[in-house]
Amino acid sequence: MLEYALKGRPKYWIWILCLLVIIAIGFYYWVLEHKLGTGVVCGLHKDLTWGFHIGQLAFFVGAAASAVMIVLPYYLHNCKEFGRLTVLAEFFAVGMVVVSMLSVFVIMGQPQRVFNVLLYPTPHSIIFYDLIVLSTYLFLNLLCGWTVLHAEYKETKYPSWLKPFIYWAILWGPSIHMVTAFLIQGLPGRGFWLTAIMAPRFLASAFSAGPALLLVLALLLKKLTGFDIGKKAVDTLSKIITYAFIINLLFICFELFTAFYSGIPEHTEPFIYLFSGLQGHSEWVGFAWASVILALIGLTLLVIPQTRKNETTLVLACIAVVLSVWIDKGLLLMIGGFTPNPQGVVVPYKPTFGEVMIGVAVWAIGFLIVTILWKIAVSVYQSKNLVVKMKGN
Amino acid sequence: MAIDRRKFLKIAGLSFLFGTGVFSLEEFVLCRGDEVLAQVVGEGKKGKVRWAMAIDTRRLTEEDCKRIIEACHRAHNVPDIPEPTKAVRWIWEDTFEHAFPELAEEDPSEELRNRKYLLLCNHCENPVCVRVCPVQATFQRPDGIVVQDYHRCIGCKFCMTACPYGSRSYNFFHPKEYLKHVNPEYPARTMGVVEKCIFCYERLDQGKLPYCVEAAKGKIYFGNIYDPEAEITRVIKENLVLVRKPQLGTKPMVFYIV
Amino acid sequence: MYNSDKVIPGIIIFIIFFTIPMWLNLGGAKAIPRPELPKEEKNCVESKEYMRAYHMKLLLKWRNMAIREGKRTFVGADGKTYLISLQNTCMKCHKSNEKFCDRCHKFVATHPDCWHCHIAPEEVAKLRRWQNGNR
Repeated sequence: MLEYALKGRPKYWIWILCLLVIIAIGFYYWVLEHKLGTGVVCGLHKDLTWGFHIGQLAFFVGAAASAVMIVLPYYLHNCKEFGRLTVLAEFFAVGMVVVSMLSVFVIMGQPQRVFNVLLYPTPHSIIFYDLIVLSTYLFLNLLCGWTVLHAEYKETKYPSWLKPFIYWAILWGPSIHMVTAFLIQGLPGRGFWLTAIMAPRFLASAFSAGPALLLVLALLLKKLTGFDIGKKAVDTLSKIITYAFIINLLFICFELFTAFYSGIPEHTEPFIYLFSGLQGHSEWVGFAWASVILALIGLTLLVIPQTRKNETTLVLACIAVVLSVWIDKGLLLMIGGFTPNPQGVVVPYKPTFGEVMIGVAVWAIGFLIVTILWKIAVSVYQSKNLVVKMKGN
Repeated sequence: MAIDRRKFLKIAGLSFLFGTGVFSLEEFVLCRGDEVLAQVVGEGKKGKVRWAMAIDTRRLTEEDCKRIIEACHRAHNVPDIPEPTKAVRWIWEDTFEHAFPELAEEDPSEELRNRKYLLLCNHCENPVCVRVCPVQATFQRPDGIVVQDYHRCIGCKFCMTACPYGSRSYNFFHPKEYLKHVNPEYPARTMGVVEKCIFCYERLDQGKLPYCVEAAKGKIYFGNIYDPEAEITRVIKENLVLVRKPQLGTKPMVFYIV
Repeated sequence: MYNSDKVIPGIIIFIIFFTIPMWLNLGGAKAIPRPELPKEEKNCVESKEYMRAYHMKLLLKWRNMAIREGKRTFVGADGKTYLISLQNTCMKCHKSNEKFCDRCHKFVATHPDCWHCHIAPEEVAKLRRWQNGNR
């Protein structure tokens, strides 16, 4: 099947080339960072040591789990309309898990020592578990997606030994969010994160923004290749996104209530900094309100049945949801967690161009993987259709 | 007990002027030495060692702080980085508000506010940084000192995220390029690892006191807090002391005599 | 053979690529390195043969003993007690990193990262120059 990835129209190759160029730029900045120092290339400082990149981990780990929202209804509830989307979702998850893992890798000051994590396994560290759950999820999705697709290719049903792996992947999906949330949720002295709603928030935002991103890409795929996941699949998926997104917004409101009704400064100050500024600093107020407005736009378009069923407005709604959650999780979650610092002082953080480019290159690696895997999947499905058509005639 | 925090610290502030003051505090600001000791150290383990430090903020002058910081940073080849937000520091001086942010709103006395506070790694009995480190690069020795193994550190900065005191520094630059003085007997660090105060364990192992204690000329006490007869245990018991963020349960081993 | 126009050039490129180091070093036979040994001291902490073969293992053991186990002394093969320290024990006899360590390491193209952190004896002067503004 791999040969399908090597045959494509010029558009396909131009896209691959674009991604490779972005990867090269990011790689250049990453090398520069390790030559000159994080202090020269990145905007991180001693009071904000996890910035843009760990934010990407928080967001893309959610995108990865979107697969669960498709695989679960398909295999457990026999939701037939997701048939053609399942393999795409699994391959999408593969790319997104790679983004998550690389987002952690690029913040490491000593990347050549990365295998110390395996050499000295440390069961009391959450990073250790995050590595286990992420790499297992990567393996499971690649295995399930590839085997099912290969069965399609051979025009047989997938082998029965795969079933346990499919169920395993379904059970495993939520764990990648929970463990990632646990990274930050259990730290004393970080009031913004020290809340039991953090893991549920990770789940809800993942199950809304992840499928939303997948849906936008699947509809784009339809435009580019004519590969249609089917109207029914789009409908069902948009309902899933709507419910998950409502729950996500509710969770954020719960958090706001707890923080402001209790009035504990450690819990309120990060919110005040993000939404109106603190100690004369208001670097992220625009972003915070943009996230709220985008969330409201997305919510409105999703809740009204007419706009949810209209493909154009649905795409707009999904983009609004993705952007809103991306600002919330990809930027504000980290910045709010670190501000104010342990001494109660606001030390502003601004990601630099180089830092963002490293992050964008990590996305590009993920999307390169998704592109190649989707190209294979679409080619398999389309060649099969061709055979059916020819037989029919 | 009908005594709130604000009121308590006002009384406490008064007590500094008169040098007396016995309080029985039930909830929040632990201040009386024996009670602080009971909460942070508990019974202690006989025959075991737990190094602790008590900084006498009453007697510490600005010159003392400078001298102490200089002694530590010079001996340990701590780089002198001009950008304060990306600097490396093992021990530094700060204001009352920054050292005890949760007490800052309680209107501490002017005198208390004007003092200098030396901040450093607290060598917590229950260290969060050790819990989160994925490679055990930071670990707790049997004597309680939280050590950083630069050979193993992968530079993930999780410990800095976890530390509620901001006591850890990351090498954002090539540290050797910023050395003001070179101590050829001690290593420097490399870019991309986390470092912090190590209670001079290399000196303790050779039976010597930490550099800061030596440079403080009696204004910083150091010893085994599990030993009820030790000087450190005695001075903590007999004075009003604060520890940083006791509510987090990290059990810091650096005490501030106020 | 199918696709021989692609396969054979591919194989040739592969072979050339993987033998580049050989071609680049061809003819340039280098003298076996002779690290400078200390003149005053004849005995190391272990025998000469052991140190030649296993010095890296000893150094790893030392660093774990000093940092992780809190043991600062080491009893050598001669029964003498040594302070465990790269800068204060090893380099007190082997006075130069360039003339001792680097000579062999460069020859066999290994690049230990000891001196990224540790300060080599000859580095002290260089770092002092830096402080005076002559970078």
